[in-house]
Amino acid sequence: MSDKGFPLNAWYAAAWDHEIGRALTPRRICDKDVVLYRRTDGAVAALEDACWHRLMPLSLGHLRGDQVMCGYHGLVFDATGRCTFMPAQETINPSACVRAFPAVERYRLIWLWMGDPALADPDLVPDFHWNSDAPWVGEGGTFYSLKCNYRLVIDNLMDLTHETYVHAGSIGDDAITRSPFEVTHTDTCVTVERWMENIEPPPFWARNLGKPGHHVDRWQIIRFEAPTVVAGDVGVAITGTGARQGDRSQGVNGFFLAAITPETATSCHYFWNFVRSWRTDDEELTKSLNRAHVNDGKGVYDQDHDVLEAQQRAIDRQPRQPFYNLNIDAGSLWAHRLIDGMIARESPSETRTSETKPVGVAAE
Amino acid sequence: MAPTDWLPARLRATRALTPDIRLLEIEPSSRAAPAPPGSHLGVAVMIGERPDTRSYSLIDSGVDGVYRIAVKRLPDSRGGSAYMHGLEPGARLSISGPRNHFGLTLGRPGYLLVAGGIGITPLHAMALALHQAGAPFRLLYAARTRQDLALADSLQARIGDRLEVFLDEEKRRIDLAGAIADLAPGAEAYICGPFGMMEAARRAWAEAGRPPQGLRFETFGTGGRHAAEPFTVRIPRLSREIEVPRNQTMLEALEAAGIGMIHDCRRGECGLCTVKILEADGTVDHRDVFFSEAQKATNAQLCTCVSRVVGGGITIDTADRAG
Ligand code: FES
Ligand code: FES
Ligand SMILES: [Fe+2]
Repeated sequence: MSDKGFPLNAWYAAAWDHEIGRALTPRRICDKDVVLYRRTDGAVAALEDACWHRLMPLSLGHLRGDQVMCGYHGLVFDATGRCTFMPAQETINPSACVRAFPAVERYRLIWLWMGDPALADPDLVPDFHWNSDAPWVGEGGTFYSLKCNYRLVIDNLMDLTHETYVHAGSIGDDAITRSPFEVTHTDTCVTVERWMENIEPPPFWARNLGKPGHHVDRWQIIRFEAPTVVAGDVGVAITGTGARQGDRSQGVNGFFLAAITPETATSCHYFWNFVRSWRTDDEELTKSLNRAHVNDGKGVYDQDHDVLEAQQRAIDRQPRQPFYNLNIDAGSLWAHRLIDGMIARESPSETRTSETKPVGVAAE
Repeated sequence: MAPTDWLPARLRATRALTPDIRLLEIEPSSRAAPAPPGSHLGVAVMIGERPDTRSYSLIDSGVDGVYRIAVKRLPDSRGGSAYMHGLEPGARLSISGPRNHFGLTLGRPGYLLVAGGIGITPLHAMALALHQAGAPFRLLYAARTRQDLALADSLQARIGDRLEVFLDEEKRRIDLAGAIADLAPGAEAYICGPFGMMEAARRAWAEAGRPPQGLRFETFGTGGRHAAEPFTVRIPRLSREIEVPRNQTMLEALEAAGIGMIHDCRRGECGLCTVKILEADGTVDHRDVFFSEAQKATNAQLCTCVSRVVGGGITIDTADRAG
């Protein structure tokens, strides 16, 4: 399943905005080494992290103003990747440059475009507004170099039946595996919607709702935006108060947010956050949600982390292609279909034989 | 040349663009990805009995899987253009690339494109890309006479009066200094044309106080100030005298004569093939972009991969100290 690569003509989260300052920050994205830094005007620059001369990582060099000086023989590159200085000669080789990747700062993240820069339209940044916009509040983090193919993370998020088993005791609940779900899609998004009505709330939700003794209606509305962003609308409300019809005033509502960035074929960066719209000025709650997600060894994301890496190790040891699929995998299979479509549109040789619609041949 | 993967291709069609410029449509055997503006294609050619390689800029992105180049027949060439003009549709070709040493950076506040003669080819692709991106640009295109203008009509139809034409026969010359002065700070200029035009552009760019990396050009080292002619190279330390024929570079001639040389770019960029000039009884036609103008003026060294001598011979020293 996971060997079809990744689209390059897409915006990928590369860092949280607060992580990038004047230090040269290396990161591998889509199998390319990139160095990130903030220019003096505050904009983020992203260059190929390999000197034109002898491939020395530029991230091991120094910033001089907005330019990077290689730490090996002193070649200097500006923020667009042009070489501006060569040692021991009076001219500059006109073909000397490193690749510069278009970068956009949005929704508290730095997004990079790894493909054809002419196609890098900032309007195509995936919708991740819950990460930055009121009423949503939360602090997330990143699993950098998570040792699994990025699609395994998408699979994980597109099918939450795993909560029952992986996250038993917090958000897991038998009601999830008992409830039907509906999968719909557009050309760019897949939505998996599941309602669990009139149930006992699982521990995490019972605590945050703070209405002991009540049954709840619980929802999970997961939206995947190709190629790698997932935003899950989750929550509970007191049964019969109209949550499913749109009135969530008697409940608590959060979004789990995931921007997943391929690092290599078998690793990825997983930018996660959990934002909520209740008790939004309770900073202790924000902190404890952040900690509970990763830091105490029993966090929800840690549990996923273990599963995902174990799965990748198993794939590496004994590849059984393809996976068997179940009905519960419909959401992830649609997600794969959209990703594969993006990949096919990028490689003209494949569009000819592709069984999907004949796209991209004369797209311009 | 760098190690290359050759790909079979077919000449699909040809068309005369001017009396001596021909458009060639080349279809690779396997469908090729579009190439960014500034890219060139390597084509295997035969110069007499000898296989060789020529590079030709693509005039568009080849998004339809067909590579289009325009080749001018040069009376003075080393033979590549004559070979390319002799090809008939259906001919089998070997191509490599496309590669790009002349990449267009998008997102600049302004662009000046300057083309001289056949130099229109890469700038044609750039103009189309900038036009599509909605970027502010001007394309100044100089040619001798109206009938020497290649691609101008179709370009005009697409980019309108962003194209400005300057004809020698009408005594209209490009005002490089003025065009550069009109550019916004941070704008870039891309230029491709005869040696004299490139030199003038470099000078005007430097005089305007603009950063050198903002003036973009590509060198194939094929043209100089003077027409190529045969000349003699003497190497007293090795007691050798070597003839450089008109259609060979000095580097090739030295290597063929068994002189150990190192080189990389073969485009006059890297400075690896340089030798020390002991004495020049002819004029050194410096065709490289490695040496600065001041360095060229001292005539202390030359780049053997592109530079030549006219009106006499040259005495040099090479790195060989074995003897
Ligand atoms: S490797 Fe960077 S300057 Fe040599
Ligand atoms: S080989 Fe690079 S300048 Fe001659
Ligand atoms: Fe999970």
